[in-house]
Amino acid sequence: MSPDRIIRMANQIATFFETASPAEAAEDVARHINDFWEPRMRAQLLALPPASAAALRPAVRAALPLLRPPARPAPAA
Amino acid sequence: MKDFVIPDRRDMGTPEVRGGPPVTLSIDGFSVTVPEGTSILRAAAEAGIPIPKLCATDSLAAFGSCRLCLVEVEGRAGTPASCTTPVAPGMVVRTQTERLKRLRRGVMELYISDHPLDCLTCAANGDCELQDMAGAVGLREVRFEAGANHFARRTAEGPNPRWRPRDDSNPYFVYDPSKCIVCSRCVRACEEVQGTFALTIAGRGWDSRVSPGMDETFFGSECVSCGACVQACPTATLIETSVIAIGTPDRVVKTTCAYCGVGCSFDAELRGDELVRMVPSKEGKANRGHSCVKGRFAWGYATHRERILKPMIRARITDPWREVSWDEAIAHTARRFREIQAAHGAGAIGGITSSRCTNEETYLVQKLIRGVFGNNNVDTCARVCHSPTGYGLKQTFGTSAGTQDFDSVEQADVVVIIGANPTDGHPVFAARLKKRLRGGARLIVIDPRRIDLVRTPHVQAAHHLALRPGTNVAVLTAMAHVIVTEGLFDEGFIRTRCDTAAFDDYAEFVADPRHAPEATEALTGVPAADLRAAARLYATGGNGAIYYGLGVTEHSQGSTTVMAIANLAMLTGNIGRPGVGVNPLRGQNNVQGACDMGSFPHELPGYRHISDDAARAVYESLWGVPISPEPGLRIPNMLDAAAAGSFRGIYIQGEDILQSDPDTAHVAAGLRAMDCVVVHDLFLNETASYAHVFLPGSTFLEKDGTFTNAERRINRVRRVMAPRNGLADWEVTLRLAQAMGADWSYAHPSEIMAEIAATTPSFAGVSYELLDRLGSVQWPCTAAAPAGTPVMHIDGFVRGKGRFIRTEYVPTDERTGPRFPLLLTTGRILTQYNVGAQTRRTENRRWHDEDVLEIHPHDAETRGIHDGDWVRLASRKGAISLRARLTDRVAPGVVYTTFHHPGTAANIVTTDYSDWATNCPEYKVTAVQVSPSNGPTESQRDLAGQAAAARRILPAAE
Ligand code: SF4
Ligand code: SF4
Ligand code: SF4
Ligand code: FES
Repeated sequence: MSPDRIIRMANQIATFFETASPAEAAEDVARHINDFWEPRMRAQLLALPPASAAALRPAVRAALPLLRPPARPAPAA
Repeated sequence: MKDFVIPDRRDMGTPEVRGGPPVTLSIDGFSVTVPEGTSILRAAAEAGIPIPKLCATDSLAAFGSCRLCLVEVEGRAGTPASCTTPVAPGMVVRTQTERLKRLRRGVMELYISDHPLDCLTCAANGDCELQDMAGAVGLREVRFEAGANHFARRTAEGPNPRWRPRDDSNPYFVYDPSKCIVCSRCVRACEEVQGTFALTIAGRGWDSRVSPGMDETFFGSECVSCGACVQACPTATLIETSVIAIGTPDRVVKTTCAYCGVGCSFDAELRGDELVRMVPSKEGKANRGHSCVKGRFAWGYATHRERILKPMIRARITDPWREVSWDEAIAHTARRFREIQAAHGAGAIGGITSSRCTNEETYLVQKLIRGVFGNNNVDTCARVCHSPTGYGLKQTFGTSAGTQDFDSVEQADVVVIIGANPTDGHPVFAARLKKRLRGGARLIVIDPRRIDLVRTPHVQAAHHLALRPGTNVAVLTAMAHVIVTEGLFDEGFIRTRCDTAAFDDYAEFVADPRHAPEATEALTGVPAADLRAAARLYATGGNGAIYYGLGVTEHSQGSTTVMAIANLAMLTGNIGRPGVGVNPLRGQNNVQGACDMGSFPHELPGYRHISDDAARAVYESLWGVPISPEPGLRIPNMLDAAAAGSFRGIYIQGEDILQSDPDTAHVAAGLRAMDCVVVHDLFLNETASYAHVFLPGSTFLEKDGTFTNAERRINRVRRVMAPRNGLADWEVTLRLAQAMGADWSYAHPSEIMAEIAATTPSFAGVSYELLDRLGSVQWPCTAAAPAGTPVMHIDGFVRGKGRFIRTEYVPTDERTGPRFPLLLTTGRILTQYNVGAQTRRTENRRWHDEDVLEIHPHDAETRGIHDGDWVRLASRKGAISLRARLTDRVAPGVVYTTFHHPGTAANIVTTDYSDWATNCPEYKVTAVQVSPSNGPTESQRDLAGQAAAARRILPAAE
């Protein structure tokens, strides 16, 4: 999956939670991604190179440490 | 074979009266008790005494024109018509006296003197009420000389000026005026049941006759071919062409329409195993005896010559297809899937369940994926329509279910329709809604386009908020702003039923002046005064019911919009009783069921999250395999992963993702990258162009199962004829699972339902035995609610307290600009269904033979476009060509089209933007430009050429 797409999806999620409940935004974003993203997508988000990661909204960046790491390495792309 | 009770199909003469105090009277010496307001005719019928009648039928209000139903009432002069005379306490009625017999014979004699006597060769022979009544009254002679009449083509003096030729302009029924008795049942059916007002009785007295519109043909008139008039006609005047062609049916199988989410119940009427006609069931709780043109008439696709009946395989998608046996096709598929998993991991394959297949079939496909493939890569086309409903309602109410039954609309006072076009998308619901609107309920329409309901005969919306596509959240939040700041909210309801901390937070949020309608007017295009008035009406007009469709969900803020709707309903206390509620109008027949049955990659059946250990344990112990606790890939993610190489095989049951999903190029690239694409469908659809295995599917007429409609109603689908392809779809999935090593065994779909009931709490009470007994049932169906649950959240929300959620408007990334200044939005029309695979293969194509682009005359003029011109519709993604239709239904700046025809390939232009929570694609907003053109674009031609090449089938080896 293209990094742009991953970034866009994560940022879109953040946009909702940032406005809905600013204090808990990071937790909400993390919970949403843990609940709905397949491990391959989470792995890709966690492995974004710093240059791309800079494009993530603050709530996503704050959520990264709260993401459940995928159990096994994603299959080779 | 008859494993269920056929309900009483007798015509009771006049509609049932509910709720009146009991009245006891005597009819022919028998004592009868009926609710006050009941007609004598109906009371007699309930006592088992049928009074002769012609103009009365129990689907229509009594009219009293034929004078055949006369009775004598002790103490009253004359012979009143029993259909129009209500019962009274102590009344003594006689239905059969010498005087009545004489009068009735006289009436019948008059009718028959102007009726052709060709009963033996008449298509209604044996199914004609005129014939029956002639027999019932003992008519033995007709003393009038055949003089002036309507049925003879010629008279002694030359051509008969009163004779009219047969109208066979409609492909499904004919109108033969020579047989008409002018009872006006058809006219009343069109008005009262369907609400189209296409028919009138033109002329008076002897000259009166039924006329569609102003002396038009049926096809050329306003008629929408629902067939209500045909069903109501007591003679052969209006009759199905299929009955003319085949003869009268002699047995009935109860089943359910396989088209839209209304889920109409039908009596499939057969002769042998040949389907003669489909008649909507009077006792069907979703449709109450009505249907639309699709369900009643558009079933011919089942025997269409393009239907594929043999499995086929090929090594490469550029090869022609090779027909093989079922055994070979199944073994080949199983082997390919296992090879892919061995090489690329368990997660390298997945599947898509179908909203057109039964609950049982869908359950099996997700079981195949979770239990046999060993991952959660299962998704369904509901992804592209109502996934935001699931998410949004679950967050606010605790369950994704629509809150009402369809009957509820009869008690609504204010109806809000958001992003839905019921007269086209959910026609029978629309007919019931229009009836309520004619009865005085008021209507608010929130839609960029002026849908038919905004103004239709005897219905006029109180408000039409014609918002700019993509601004739903802004409009609904502004409505909440008005309700909160003007103090119109239902404080009692909120304090007792909702999470008050969340309410306080929400109230503070919406009260902010930036959400005021005046502040958002420039953005949404909705005049602030209109919006305020609409908000006040919804909050204060009595029972407020919201119905919404894909115009809500198919946006980047689809889930947010659903929450905004739920907020409005909680704010005004419009939840938890008949007449109110939040009602998603689901598109396909079994979208609800597909969602219920665990078709989403993060959810087990019954909406239990895949990380829920207890829920997983239920299946792990029953199936004897571990289930992955990780959510699987959604359809767009599968395609992305395919392009990246980690997802390589897919089993697609009954969906055409290439045509139905957005951004055709992205879908095609994903499919092309896979090693084994298995399509299980009726026809070689567009997706099959990229398939390596084709497994022929079966139609709803050929299998047993259940569908769950938009009101959570579980309806039985019953096998009407044997599967022409040899196997019902559930049997195919079963065989595939067995070939992949599973030890499944099911002899009948009822056993699958038993497994569903045993493992899914909300289905605990459901069984085929129960469905046969009750006809249908709305889940939750449990020990606490053994007959199901018509209205949800009565005493409390499923999640406990209702939760208000802030709904900030976030503009979509899809913006108009100088290159793409217009907004394209999409929809559907009555006669076609979804990608049109079935309806295009019926006579329904005569109503809609191509997709057209609706454009406002101003936008057309500045571009030099005339009505009917070919135009090029271009977005950032691609371009297609289609014909333009100039109309002010759409506002300037907005254009609209449908997506029923693969040749149009409307999804070449739609983007891959999607809902933030669920990835439901944003079909409803695409920035486009429109310019004159002279024919199909290159991408359309490419697609057509590729599809033609991909459909080649090798002649079978001798
Ligand atoms: S088919 Fe339906 S719309 Fe057409 S005339 Fe009959 S009742 Fe009216
Ligand atoms: S067409 Fe049929 S229903 Fe209509 S008036 Fe004539 S006989 Fe009655
Ligand atoms: S398509 Fe919908 S409204 Fe029409 S008959 Fe079928 S279920 Fe009913
Ligand atoms: S049935 Fe009563 S008047 Fe016709």
